[in-house]
Amino acid sequence: MIALIDYGAGNLNSVRKGFVAAGAELMTPDSPLALDGCSGIVVPGVGHYSSTRMLGDDWREAVARRVAAGVPLLGICLGMQWLFEGSDEDPEALGMGLMSGRCAKLSVERPLKVPHVGWNALDVRRESRVLEGIDTGTQMYFTHSFVAPVTGDCAAASEHGQALAAAVERGHVAGVQFHPEKSGAAGIRILRNFLTMTRH
Amino acid sequence: MLSKRIIACLDVRDGSVVKGVSFKGLRNAGDPAELARRYNAEGIDELVILDITATIERRRALAHTVAAVSRELFIPLTVGGGIGSEADAAAAIDAGADKVSVNSAALADPSLLTRLAQVYGSQAVVVAIDAKRAGDRWTVYARSGQSATVRDAVTWAQEAEARGAGEILLTSIDRDGTRAGFDCALTAAVASAVSVPVIASGGAGRFEHFLDVFTTGQADAALAASVFHFSEHAVAELKAFLAQRDIPMRLVHHAHSID
Repeated sequence: MIALIDYGAGNLNSVRKGFVAAGAELMTPDSPLALDGCSGIVVPGVGHYSSTRMLGDDWREAVARRVAAGVPLLGICLGMQWLFEGSDEDPEALGMGLMSGRCAKLSVERPLKVPHVGWNALDVRRESRVLEGIDTGTQMYFTHSFVAPVTGDCAAASEHGQALAAAVERGHVAGVQFHPEKSGAAGIRILRNFLTMTRH
Repeated sequence: MLSKRIIACLDVRDGSVVKGVSFKGLRNAGDPAELARRYNAEGIDELVILDITATIERRRALAHTVAAVSRELFIPLTVGGGIGSEADAAAAIDAGADKVSVNSAALADPSLLTRLAQVYGSQAVVVAIDAKRAGDRWTVYARSGQSATVRDAVTWAQEAEARGAGEILLTSIDRDGTRAGFDCALTAAVASAVSVPVIASGGAGRFEHFLDVFTTGQADAALAASVFHFSEHAVAELKAFLAQRDIPMRLVHHAHSID
């Protein structure tokens, strides 16, 4: 059973439909305790970092406990930023700290625009399980204004006035800044890669 | 580098895709789910479903069409037409829309944009602006181009951005359905005045028109309907044409398949 965490930020329907196409029905736990039996956790999200505050200590501890037990975790967009230590978008809100560094506002000059909306290419930096079968140049759909830093956890970067972390992976924790559920067949491949991670 | 987006618009009335000239004289162009499937296979970057009669007849966008399209296509989907309240937006998003496009209702009550952005995030809120040239400016029209407002297109775009709109879908009433080319002057005036992406609409007839609106018009995306509806492979050929002329494009190859 794979859990899709609903904290009121974003279109769960799209993520759920994407995973159906990738071959799995996700369930939405109504309490942190319901995470106990899961074999994978997906944290979706769009919008403002402050909405991650809805994931209080009980949720954070439950997620941390499952991750420590080896359960794969996938963060999507805002859900990926939540894996980091925090974000300038809401400096008081705590991230999970599963990835090093903080998220900051995209810094671009005209004619580039913020938010970064649309299809952009991946620059694959190293091998990872979440990007299995995805090559440099593959385009994914992004929509965001804040970015995570490019660190050793970065599996693929993208470029919009600056380099930004497009996909991260550390152990069995992965995150993607773009929306795989809105990135056509290549995006569905990433969801399928995550499902493969949950089976090992 | 961020690609320029090619967006197909499905103007839907009574479950069928229709397209008129300057919003009049509609003719049937097919089943929306069928067209959406074809565009997706050709590499369209995004879809917009507009219930074009919704504002006039006070009907909501067709939830079952949206649901059918969003179940099988995994690209961004915007729904517009008759989005007049938070409840209308919720219905569209629950049906499978990623973004809602608001037009007349935002003109009547601009705070609607803010309320929608607070609930769904700005990335889900598109303000649709229908504009018609008046001297050296452009006047905003409401109710499917029927009613002139007192608003200027550039200042309304700036206000809409400030109130929370994450994208601007800008339609030239003068050009809509004419196939005479986008209004590049209008598009550039708005695109240079806001920091959110601008989607140019109205007037696409030839591939060169897209090249013009991405260069002279400074558009971030271009939307068309009839130019795609009536010709096979138009999307793929258009993207190849633009890519050859150094417009950054997402070119879909078939290395990945969902099945």
